[in-house]
Parts: sequence; C-alpha cells; structure tokens
Amino acid sequence: MKIMMTGNYASAYGAMAAKAEVVAAYPITPQTSIVEKIATLVSSGEMKCQYVKVESEHSAMAACISASQTGARAYTASSAHGLTLMHELLIWASGARTPVVMSNVNRAMGPPWSVWADQHDTMAQRDTGWMQVYCDSNQEVLDSIIMAYKVGERADIMLPSMIIEDAFILSHTMEPVDYPDPELVEGYLPSFDPRFRLDVDEPYGFGSLVMPNWYMEFRFKINEAMEKTRGAILEAEKEFEETFGRSYGGLMDFYKCEDADAVLVLAGTVASTAKHVADKLRSDGKKVGVARLRCFRPFPYDEVRQLAKMTNIIGVCDRSYTFGHWGPMATEVKGALYGLADVPTVKNYIMGLGGKDLTPEVLEKVFVKTLQLKDTGLDTEIEWIGVTGHGGW
Amino acid sequence: MVLRLWPGVSGIFTETMASNMPVAYSKGGSTMESEILGSMIEVRFHGRGGQGAVVASNILAEAGFLEGKEVSAFPFFGVERRGAPVTAYTRVSDRKIRIKSGIYAPDFVIVMDPTLVKAVNVVEGLKPEGLVLVNTKENADSLRRGLGITGEQKVATIDATGIAIKHRLGSKAAPIVNSSVLGAFARASGLVKLESLVSSIRHNVPVKLDENTAAAKEAFESVVMQ
Repeated sequence: MKIMMTGNYASAYGAMAAKAEVVAAYPITPQTSIVEKIATLVSSGEMKCQYVKVESEHSAMAACISASQTGARAYTASSAHGLTLMHELLIWASGARTPVVMSNVNRAMGPPWSVWADQHDTMAQRDTGWMQVYCDSNQEVLDSIIMAYKVGERADIMLPSMIIEDAFILSHTMEPVDYPDPELVEGYLPSFDPRFRLDVDEPYGFGSLVMPNWYMEFRFKINEAMEKTRGAILEAEKEFEETFGRSYGGLMDFYKCEDADAVLVLAGTVASTAKHVADKLRSDGKKVGVARLRCFRPFPYDEVRQLAKMTNIIGVCDRSYTFGHWGPMATEVKGALYGLADVPTVKNYIMGLGGKDLTPEVLEKVFVKTLQLKDTGLDTEIEWIGVTGHGGW
Repeated sequence: MVLRLWPGVSGIFTETMASNMPVAYSKGGSTMESEILGSMIEVRFHGRGGQGAVVASNILAEAGFLEGKEVSAFPFFGVERRGAPVTAYTRVSDRKIRIKSGIYAPDFVIVMDPTLVKAVNVVEGLKPEGLVLVNTKENADSLRRGLGITGEQKVATIDATGIAIKHRLGSKAAPIVNSSVLGAFARASGLVKLESLVSSIRHNVPVKLDENTAAAKEAFESVVMQ
C-alpha cells in the first residue's frame, strides 16, 4: 500500500516492517522524527517493540548491542555528532557480531555548525566493520532496512548495517512509499535466531580478554564475514525483487555506463539527480553515465573494475573529504583500479559539503568538465566545486 | 489549455480537472517539458513559522498523489522559529521525480502571509508565465505593481485570513490559513482537483476537518484571478 512519507518516516516504518524488537535511540537533528515516529508507533501499539530511552547515542548503541546479544532484533537511528559519539560502540557492535541495523541521516560535522547533508559522518565510520548502504529514495530507505537484517543476521555473517539517507533531501521530503505487506515481509525475513546468545539459563561469556595469539583470529573472522556480504547483499536483493518487485542495483548501480565516454561515481540522492542530467546530456549526444555507489562497505571492488571496462573517464563526486588526501570514495575507486592494464582517467570532485545544493545545473557542469578530459587529459587530481571566491560557480 | 499543462496525462484526470477549472490557468511554453522530464510542475510556498506552510506543501503533494501523479514535498530547513519566514516546496509530475535539489524557478508561488510580500522577494525566479497567489485583501493590480512582476506572470488573490477566521480555524490573532490558501490555489492553478485537495486536507489536518473543508471550498469559489 502506497502512502506519503518522509525519508525519516520510511526509516521508522522500515524498522516496524522488519519487526525490530528493541529500539534504543537518542534524538538529534535531522534524525529526530525517526525516533519520534517510532515512539508514537510503539505507544499506539502498532509496533510491538521495547523502546528504550537513553541519555546518549553511546548508550543507545550499547543497549542495541546488548539486546542483539540476547537474540532480539535491534534498531537505532542517529546522525553526525550522534553517530561519531557512538564510534567506540560501532566497533564493538561488529566485534561482538551483533546484526544491529541503524538509520543514519547524513549531516555535516561541526564546527562550523551545520545540520545539512554531507557524508563526512558516515565516511568517517569506514573502519568500524559496518555495512553501509547509501539510499537515493524514501522507498529504498524502507526496503534497505528489511534487506539489511536479512543479510546481517545470516549465521555466516552476523554483522551490523547502516542505512543512510541525506539530511532533508530525503529525511524531510515526502514521497509516495509502498509499505510492504507484513505477510510477505514475514516470509522474506525469518525471525532472528542467533546460535549464541546471552541467556541466564545457558551462560556464555562475550567480548572478554583474548591474548595476542587469538585476537587476530577474531579480526580475520570478521573480515571473512564482511567479504561474504558482497554475495549476500546481491542474493538478498534478488529475493527481495522476486518477493516485492523492487531492486536497487546491488553494490553499485550502473546507469547508462556501457558505452559512456565519461561516468560519474556518486552516492546518495545526488546520484538520482545525476541520472536525470545524464539523460538530458545523452539527448544532446553526449555519452555519459552514472555509477551510483550504493555500498561503501563492503566496497564494490569488482564493480569498479567492471566500470573501467565500460568507460575511459571516471569522475568521482565525494560529498565529504579526508583532509590531507582525496575524497574517501575517490581513494577507494583508485585503489580498486590498481593493477589493471587499462586504467581510466580518474578525477575527484568535492561537492555539496554542508548541504550546498547539487542542482541539475551543477551536475551538468561537472559532467561536461569530466567529458572534456577526453581531449585535455587529466587537468587536476581534485577539484572543489562551487567554492565561493575560488573561481567556483 | 488543460492539455498544455499536462501533456502526458490523459483520461479521467484531465477531464475531471477541466470540469473543475472554470478559470483554469494555462502555463504556456515555459514548463520543463521534454522526453526526459515529462511535465513537472514546481510550487514554492512562503509562510511564517507556525502558519502551516510545510503542512500545506505536503497536503498539495498528497492531493496530486491521490490523482496518480508522482510527487515530492520538502521544506527549506533553516533555523525554525515561530513567525520567521519559512519556505516549502512541492513537485508534481507525470514521471518519476529524480531531481533531488531545491526549486529555484517555480511555476507557482503561494504567499500565505500578506506581510511577507514586503519582507521577502517572493517572486524570485518565478517562471515568465508563472502565477503568484497571495493571501491578501489587497487589490491584484496594486499587488502586481508592488511585487514588480511583469509580462505574462499572473497574480491571484484570496482573503484566506478572513475565511480562516470565519470558519474558526486557529485564533483571530493567528489564523490557520493553509486550507483556505490551498482551496484558492486549486482553482487558480488547476494543478489538482478540489475533491483530491479536500481528501488530502481531511487526511492531513489533525482537527476541524469539516471547517477546513468548508474553508477550502469557500476559497476555491472566491479566489480573484487578475
């Protein structure tokens, strides 16, 4: 049944559709309406779950990890400073092999203070052992939460996921969203049944000290599981499509890349706008494509190498930055291309930080700049787009 | 006229819309019409914090949704406080809406508070054949001069404040004008049917469903088109 909802409500309804049993969360702009909606759904009895009020995001994640270890399906939501306060516990969640699912609303980090869209907060969590899915519609937000439990709760995976939506551009934007049939969801997503759990009748110890002879083995196992998520995400999406009739392109969503002279790699809602612009440019005879990076972890290594076979020029548009190097997506894309015989030209654009609007006009200019590299060769490794007073536009 | 507004739409939508549009407004050639975009209409709302501009943008989107259109609605999220200028937006299209950025060249502008006309450049970016609807008692001709709009751009006015007070929506000091403004807009723009709008209003307003419905209908009948 299609109803109008914001990206934040899509998150809340995603948690409800997936039958999350424990929600522990702390409000932060622009995530607040996720937890407000869940609180409302719980109080009205529509959503059967234990809603735990906590005093910080750090505690929220601690509560989710504990709940997950008892065998409950746990969900939380955060953003920016809330997410980064959780950092310690994010690493704990993957180390403890708890398939918690979190919605994160991408928001810029202060100072200067900002509440608008920017991917710095999640990119900075790259090494926490969480899967990361960047969405470009409210429907994808809701559906990805269900798929994330399906993947994360697999006995051979047992890892957490972040489902990511851009601040305001999705979080506060109303779109028609199909709320999936609960019976179909139940068939698709069986209840969470971990092999080991916190149980007073059958006690186990979790997360205690290991000597150097065993620590590395635990890390190896986590990575082994994370490597398996590549296939698991594709399988879960295939089954999702068979059940619900919707899919999102796996780890990297290719749009008109096959014969493209230039392709932009983007994550989040800007990829949606870029698809529109690509169609416009193609109608003018300019062969461009869009590779939407849907998962940042696991990183779509094979897909990026496939992309190198489709095009000779790649522009990577990062909505975040790692000071002292390139943007995080450009760094990973270049890394994946290393060792190929024919490596495409790769240019990095930094754009849209702190909610600077990425309009079709801005994206058209970036496409055209990237296409020009065919004649000029790489002009510069990295370019900041639209910075006032620095020749920007 | 109607078909120019919605070239990709046929059947029940167009017909019922036409029957509802005694003063239907034609958009002319400035609409973003193409193979790629379809026919997308962009609306910008200007209100003051607490007046319900954001809710109005949602109600309008849902009215379009009820007619089978693709829609989106979003606020410009600044530092919110009661009384401060607020901007919200609605897109209505016959195709999937892929553009996820702000609206800078609206087809329609809706001004919910008469005092905003002097505080904000409400017609900024308005399409050359666009329309601005203002909640005011002022005469459309003098309003047109005051706004400095030219050429083909059109002005419509409605005393939504008076209608809201009459139907006891909000208080006299702070009337809730969004249902009245939207009723006027439905007729002035022809973008959505009155019935769809009323359904959407009844689905979205928390209280006084009948009063809001009556206000929307009264405004639909009494909007002044220049």
